[in-house]
Amino acid sequence: MTQLGISRYGAYVPRLRLDRAAIAAAHGWMAPGLRGQAKGSRAFTSWDEDAITMGVEAARDALSGTSLEEVKAVRLASTNLPYADLQNAAIVARAIGAPDGVGTSDAAGSQRAGTSALLQALKGTESALVIASDNPFGKPASGQEMSFGAGAAAFLLSQSDVVARLIGSASLAEVFVDHFRATDAQSDYGWEERWVRDEGYAKIVPRAVKAALAQAQLSISDIQHFVMPSYLKGAAEMVAKSLQFGGTVAGALDDGVGYAGAAHALLMLAATLEKAQPGERILLIGFGQGADVLIFQATDAIAANRPARGVAGAIADALPTDSYLRMLSFYGGLDAEWGMRSEKNAKTALTEQYRSAYQMEGFNAGKCGSCGAVQFPQMQYCVQCHAPSENFSNISLKDQEAEVLTSTADWLSYHPSPPLWVGFVKFDNGARVLMEMVDIGKDGIDTGDKVRMVFRIKEKDRQRGYNRYFWKSTPLSAA
Amino acid sequence: MATGIKDKVAILGMGCSKFGERWDAGSPELMKEAFDEALADAGIERSQIEAAWFGCWGDGVNVGNSAIPAAMALRLEGIPVTRVENMCATGTEALRGAAYAVASGAVDIALAIGSEKLKDTGFGGLPPPFKGTFNDMWMPMGSAPAGFAQLAPYYRAKYGTSKDELKRAISHVSWKSHQNGVHSPKAHFRKAVSMETIMNAPMISDPLGLFDCSGVSDGSACAIVTTPEIARAMGRKDLVTIKALQLSTSSGRETQTNDWDGSYVANTRNAAARAYKEAGITDPKAQVSLSEVHDCFSITELVTMEDLGFSDDGRAVFDILDGRYDRDGAIPCQIDGGLKCFGHPIGASGLRMAYEVYSQLLGRAGERQLSSPSIGLTHNLGGVPYQGIAAISILGLA
Repeated sequence: MTQLGISRYGAYVPRLRLDRAAIAAAHGWMAPGLRGQAKGSRAFTSWDEDAITMGVEAARDALSGTSLEEVKAVRLASTNLPYADLQNAAIVARAIGAPDGVGTSDAAGSQRAGTSALLQALKGTESALVIASDNPFGKPASGQEMSFGAGAAAFLLSQSDVVARLIGSASLAEVFVDHFRATDAQSDYGWEERWVRDEGYAKIVPRAVKAALAQAQLSISDIQHFVMPSYLKGAAEMVAKSLQFGGTVAGALDDGVGYAGAAHALLMLAATLEKAQPGERILLIGFGQGADVLIFQATDAIAANRPARGVAGAIADALPTDSYLRMLSFYGGLDAEWGMRSEKNAKTALTEQYRSAYQMEGFNAGKCGSCGAVQFPQMQYCVQCHAPSENFSNISLKDQEAEVLTSTADWLSYHPSPPLWVGFVKFDNGARVLMEMVDIGKDGIDTGDKVRMVFRIKEKDRQRGYNRYFWKSTPLSAA
Repeated sequence: MATGIKDKVAILGMGCSKFGERWDAGSPELMKEAFDEALADAGIERSQIEAAWFGCWGDGVNVGNSAIPAAMALRLEGIPVTRVENMCATGTEALRGAAYAVASGAVDIALAIGSEKLKDTGFGGLPPPFKGTFNDMWMPMGSAPAGFAQLAPYYRAKYGTSKDELKRAISHVSWKSHQNGVHSPKAHFRKAVSMETIMNAPMISDPLGLFDCSGVSDGSACAIVTTPEIARAMGRKDLVTIKALQLSTSSGRETQTNDWDGSYVANTRNAAARAYKEAGITDPKAQVSLSEVHDCFSITELVTMEDLGFSDDGRAVFDILDGRYDRDGAIPCQIDGGLKCFGHPIGASGLRMAYEVYSQLLGRAGERQLSSPSIGLTHNLGGVPYQGIAAISILGLA
């Protein structure tokens, strides 16, 4: 049996960005030292984004229309999964339209959850989609709040059309507690950074790198790209230097993204693959309670199979914001007065959710078998000719071309990111759907503007801690 | 062959509470005000009422489910009392239930009462309604102004109306209603407002400013109906009869197909066509003396003038600015001030409109009285322009 390799990859970075200078300015009264870190911008998740929604978008970027029929597993890695007991990967798998017989699992618990999931899947034999997605929360005025970001990367592993092949790997376990976060805690408790750098990265990573190189029968000079995620500035360069590495140390994606937790290693890998040339070797490191090291070699197919958008495209597609309090509110750190309208009961009827899943999860419109009208939602009879819906076939609207028919900015309704943009979206297959519109910039959105569909949290039930997911529309590009 | 409801039902009496922020009254007190007036007007005893329909919308902040609260409040003993709810068309639905009961011969005298207590929510505006478990899965829920404001861009695009022109026309709608409301003792708002104030008011949902939106009020209105024969036997000389009662409800065509262009309200057109047919009206411009329409937002009144056939398509802006619907115009609209001045206690509004038409037809409208009207039309619009309910009643002198 042929070994699995990466055949497609993609990424997602939230469009919302905040200049670090704005964060530092907000905390200037108590932590003036943050000014030293106030360079560039970081990404942050909107109120309706989480590890699940970013994971879906990264997977869609990787797949961009490819059939999922051969995929046997969907693995989702993150340390900020919305659910402790409700499989997050299954929600992703259903949203992207993975086949019925797909295996799913979540990987969590460590900053190297992403690399571990990728390595494990590569060692298997069945085609898999590995996604790492994370939006770590740093306490207000912490260094983490400045350096953290958000994003997701996805890798399709197949036996054919491979663009990068695993040629060596090693793992080691070491209970080196640079930081920890208890199950119910919101943020990390971290130890002194100098110790983490000198005793952690500097000593543990080289052991794993040497083991992986030995397994691949390579030396460090055979490697062209050194990919090591870390929220400690300069750590990657220091370790690379100690290993006498002479190639390219991958950039930390600190401008426009920020350290994206368990997703960061895979985001950096995707960014590196976007630039890699055939034959080049990439050394990828995951650090956390030990280390994973994966050595890839790009194939001749690498240049012909770059993602449509990828990391570079996602970083460029930015929607700059200027309010620190908005970010804090989206991360649950601001108990603002939302008014009585926000008291509405947001309970989801789980029975109804399951009954309507066939159309909601994949945004499946019904195409009438009698008159051909495409309609969403699917009701009991065709809206046009009244033929019964037993004759409908499913047509997903999630990748259909669409444009705004009408839109309005509603400041009256309760919305966690006011105003609520809502209006009709017209799909090129004739469907018309009233939809929420998200990531709208200062100039608003107009009739005729092209939109694409994104998987988001439709409503948060804050009382019970349950998110209802659905599809929303968004401008093709933020600017 | 159905013959419709024309002239089969007469209004024996009507009542209407004072509308407003009624901190002093709950729904039972509001109902009593309207009911006492209607009973006295009808000249009957409570015990002569054989069936009743109670219209009320918001069970979250009102009296709770069922018709029991109305039966308890009004002490309607041992008779069938039915609660109806059909969004903003609820009041007209209550009247339809009572009228059909009389027309069918099931009862001689029936009661329709609508009531809404909106000011027990603790905040301004309408409470967000429950969409249903299925709609919760996908449907975004904007506020009412956001839903109706969307008529404006479509209308402008279709008829090449400039932003300024449309804003002036909808401002005239509000200006005219506030002029009229001064003479309505039962209205919530009774102050004339200048065009300048209206046009420069804070924006709620573009192009709708503060004065383009109806107020939120408490209120109740009530009708007692019987057959024209019984009314005459009771000594009534001037008789107001029901000429038509029609509804149209969205089936999804506006929201799920590309049939609808967004510049009009399909339900109003459907309901109007059937109401005119039922009433035998062939030329609404000439035959209708006055209308009370659902001016929840002034843009709604503008397109409603076209949907009801009072203005040709694309002409409402000009007709409005020409004063065609002012108190001295050809077809006065909202002679009592409409929703703009009464606010919109949802379950009561349809019956409050009928109360004004009834008062005008009988020459009882005091300072607001128009000269010898013969046919009046009421129009309610529930939901939003693209997914809702339109209810039309036509009342006239027998």
